[in-house]
Amino acid sequence: MQPTATFFSGFTLNDLWFLGEAALKSMWISILAITFGSAMGVVFGWLLSVSRRAGALTLAPVLDVFRSVPLIIQLVLFFNFAPMIGLRLNPFEAGLIVLVVYTSANVATVAQAGIEAVGGPMRRAARSLGMSYWQDMRYVVWPIGLRAVFPAWIGVALGVMKDSALVSVLGYVELLKASQILITRTQETFLILAIAGAFYFALSYPISHYAARLEKRWTQ
Amino acid sequence: MDYNFHWKPVIKALPELLEASLLTLQVAAISIVFGIVIGLGLALIRLHMTGPVKWLASAWVELARNTPALFQLFFFGFGLGSFGLHLSPYMIVLLALSFNNAGYLAENFRGGFGAVPETQIRASRSLGMTAFQAYTRIVIPQVLRIVYLPITNQMVWAVLISSLGMLVGFRELSGETQFFASKTFRIFEYFAVTAVIYYVIVKLILGASRLLAVRLFRY
Repeated sequence: MQPTATFFSGFTLNDLWFLGEAALKSMWISILAITFGSAMGVVFGWLLSVSRRAGALTLAPVLDVFRSVPLIIQLVLFFNFAPMIGLRLNPFEAGLIVLVVYTSANVATVAQAGIEAVGGPMRRAARSLGMSYWQDMRYVVWPIGLRAVFPAWIGVALGVMKDSALVSVLGYVELLKASQILITRTQETFLILAIAGAFYFALSYPISHYAARLEKRWTQ
Repeated sequence: MDYNFHWKPVIKALPELLEASLLTLQVAAISIVFGIVIGLGLALIRLHMTGPVKWLASAWVELARNTPALFQLFFFGFGLGSFGLHLSPYMIVLLALSFNNAGYLAENFRGGFGAVPETQIRASRSLGMTAFQAYTRIVIPQVLRIVYLPITNQMVWAVLISSLGMLVGFRELSGETQFFASKTFRIFEYFAVTAVIYYVIVKLILGASRLLAVRLFRY
């Protein structure tokens, strides 16, 4: 009698390791995207706040495009566009670039709101105390503006963390892609999806509640 | 750059793409209606009830807000499939979007209800209104005014995440685009046009909502 071939095997401890590794990849691309995207976004937000007319006519519509087109379309477009201009990018690099630009577009509005939350009189007071423009920015606008928009920034950052799941369409094996691979082999859809969901939840839930608490405390 | 753009197949497929974008709008609009109704319910439950019902409502809201939309889509697609519940791609996208919308809108509604002073309810009750009347005639109109902008944003968000439908085989705008793109290998051209269509849809929604706001609330 011939041994029957088995294509599917159950969920093992090794697979949990595989999922954990993929979760780290998800976190890594999110951390990079949030860090660089936020830095760029703050610069854009500052540009928007200082160049009211010119910025509203040039930079704002460009950033708006990245907020009005689905991220998945942006990913596919850029991944297919990069080779045309001679860029050889792997899925991680292409995904990271798109996520950074997407993050910066979202952070720009938050940063602009933060800078504008600091009242004109306060800034004139800082200048008349002898502070330079950058000192005013560093010691007056930054601490007050940050306080005003920090919860909103957390919201953007968590959104990017969740949206990083979309990089899987380019073939980057992050958490959700890894869980799909495992589902194909083990056929234990529910269990594996639940593990993947629990991971995102465990990361996002405490941070969003911390932000909500902070917001409540700061608005009092 | 030595790439030759071929826009002709895209132009030829444009009627189909526009028709598919109607499907995108349709599924987003229906899911928003579900989202508003369920979100209202969830917010009221979380405000007024205790015990397992409140616990369930809270779980819904937190799950919808703290997991990726793509995960939710996979869950309604493949997760329910493992229980023998096989839904059509349309239903998968509709349910996942409604689930997501309801979770996000519930939080907005909760904030909206918090903004209407308790004294108004007592005043309307003392004028002889039933609790139901007080809610539907005094509280909810004010709440709707507060949550109007968040609902608009959620509608835009619903259109954007309906694009994930292409990953579960739903032929809305993105799915249709992918279908044509994989037939002709003109991936960039097709998705570029689709990006433009999405941009126009989003701008149309925002414009329509502004017009509606003028009529509804006389802003």
